[in-house]
Amino acid sequence: MTTATRTRAPRQGSGRSEGGVLVYLVALLVVALTLGPVLYAVLGGFRTNAQLASDPAGLPDPWVADNYRRVITESSFWTYAVNSVAVAVITTVVTVVFGLMAAYPLARYQFRWREPLFMVFVVGLLFPATVAIIPLFILVTRDLGIGNTWWGVALPQAAFALPMTIVILRPFLMAIPREMEEAALIDGANRLQFFWRILLPLSAPGAITVGVLAFVGSWNAYLLPLLLLRGDMKTLPLGVADFSSQYSSDTAGVFAFTTLAMIPALIFFLAMQKRIVSGLQGAVKG
Amino acid sequence: MTVLPVAPRGTTDPPAGRSARPAGARGRDWRMAAEIVAFTAPALLLFALFVVWPILRAVQFSAFDWNGFGPLVDFVGLQNYVRVLADEVFVAAVGHNLLIVVASILVQLPLGLAIALLLNRRMRGQGMLRTIIFVPYVLSEVIAGVVWFQLLQPGRGVVEGILGTVGLEGPYQGFLGTPELAMPTLIVVLTWKYVGLAVLLFLAGLQGVPHELTEAAQIDGASWWQTQWRVTIPLLGPTIRMWMFLSMIGSLQLFDMVWILTGGGPANATTTMATFLVNEGTKRQNYGIAAAASVVLFVIALVMAVLYQRFVLRRDTADADVPRGVR
Repeated sequence: MTTATRTRAPRQGSGRSEGGVLVYLVALLVVALTLGPVLYAVLGGFRTNAQLASDPAGLPDPWVADNYRRVITESSFWTYAVNSVAVAVITTVVTVVFGLMAAYPLARYQFRWREPLFMVFVVGLLFPATVAIIPLFILVTRDLGIGNTWWGVALPQAAFALPMTIVILRPFLMAIPREMEEAALIDGANRLQFFWRILLPLSAPGAITVGVLAFVGSWNAYLLPLLLLRGDMKTLPLGVADFSSQYSSDTAGVFAFTTLAMIPALIFFLAMQKRIVSGLQGAVKG
Repeated sequence: MTVLPVAPRGTTDPPAGRSARPAGARGRDWRMAAEIVAFTAPALLLFALFVVWPILRAVQFSAFDWNGFGPLVDFVGLQNYVRVLADEVFVAAVGHNLLIVVASILVQLPLGLAIALLLNRRMRGQGMLRTIIFVPYVLSEVIAGVVWFQLLQPGRGVVEGILGTVGLEGPYQGFLGTPELAMPTLIVVLTWKYVGLAVLLFLAGLQGVPHELTEAAQIDGASWWQTQWRVTIPLLGPTIRMWMFLSMIGSLQLFDMVWILTGGGPANATTTMATFLVNEGTKRQNYGIAAAASVVLFVIALVMAVLYQRFVLRRDTADADVPRGVR
């Protein structure tokens, strides 16, 4: 083992850096198993049901665009997509704005109830929406009368996203150097101005991370919309589930609908991958 | 790597610069109090209205026999709990949740570790691999569920098609329609959906393992396996324990995937606590029963979380700065 002196440099990775054929084979297998079902759905959308039935594992032959055309022109796909976007945007904005506001004093003010207040939100991490789903349904539909609306879904979703948001944002705001605050105060700014002019711009990375998490959470949500939204107000997951149970024998159509429904999430994920990953890691390190 | 700054733990850090506040600055105290209220009020109100209040109401509903209409008058005390806990479907549901908790960890932990250790080396396309492995996690459970439902269709799904090419025959009622096979199938689909999260978190944890340590082990003559087993994996402990916690909480709340794949069937073979309570509440209008079930679900999740925190996670938060094994 005389190589000690020269294996110093690369930071990334432990152990041997030479891959080996086996590693690549395993990696390939993992990729195939991971992407297989997704690709099968995408390609299945380009086949007919007859093709799917006669050769389940085959490729499109010939390629047909009819399933996708049907979903785009004849189903409620676009209505559902608009609802999904609206609910996700409202959820995200409310979560980020309220979360940032609450995290600010919890991070940078000294007061007696600070830690107990923070603990309220930490304990909130343990409350899944599932537990409160029936009373939540009654609250939103009967007491507030906003059952079949975007806000009726978005506000509870934002409320349940707040604990994670605040838990992630607080250390972010805490990490901004105290000297910066003192300098701003000496220069005549008050704490509100400091919040607006300095803290908000500096906390943008954290805000984007929690915003992305809130958006993805809302985009994928099923249970709450299932209970609250009907007819033309449904979101994409509800639309996909409906389409699948209504036309369960039209496998090709289901694949086309599902594929179109997953594209926005996948694009969003690819664009925001770093944020999602760092958010999840931050949550774990929290 | 972009990682959030680590939170200063506890409150022992000295008060901020304002601590030496001149006496008699009451006006500033009031102003600060007003600011604190103004900043936290929106979040607190939203949280109180949509999180705290419904949970309290769930506890209240659970003490009444109520079909969702009219006033809450039929007080039954703990009777709903007695009925829920004596209901064999619910008891089976609790068992299913616990089975999913255990199976998720037993399957995804070794699998996730193996993939993460394999990927944690310099190789071509590593970034792309990470992205691909994470794709199922980003899809909603509904979309993943609907796709798998089609793949598993009895008689014409591609899974049976593939089995057919090696001469095997799928079960007559399909994988999801056969009571004995539905739960294992569900676990396979859940593994597909969630192992990416484990891999991602483990890979992040591996970045924190000092290169010097694995190098030192190798210099001392340890094989690759010994290095991983004795050095890397123990150092990954905090990440693994945190992941297990997330996985556990998720498994206890499982709803979407089950609702899409089996609806809790066949013959209640895959019912979870969440599908049970949604079924009771929305389909059978047994709001009292549903509420009692949700309180039981919450208590189980809370007890497990507290025990886990106390016996497993505590040592991580105690010596968070010094990874175990590093002196």
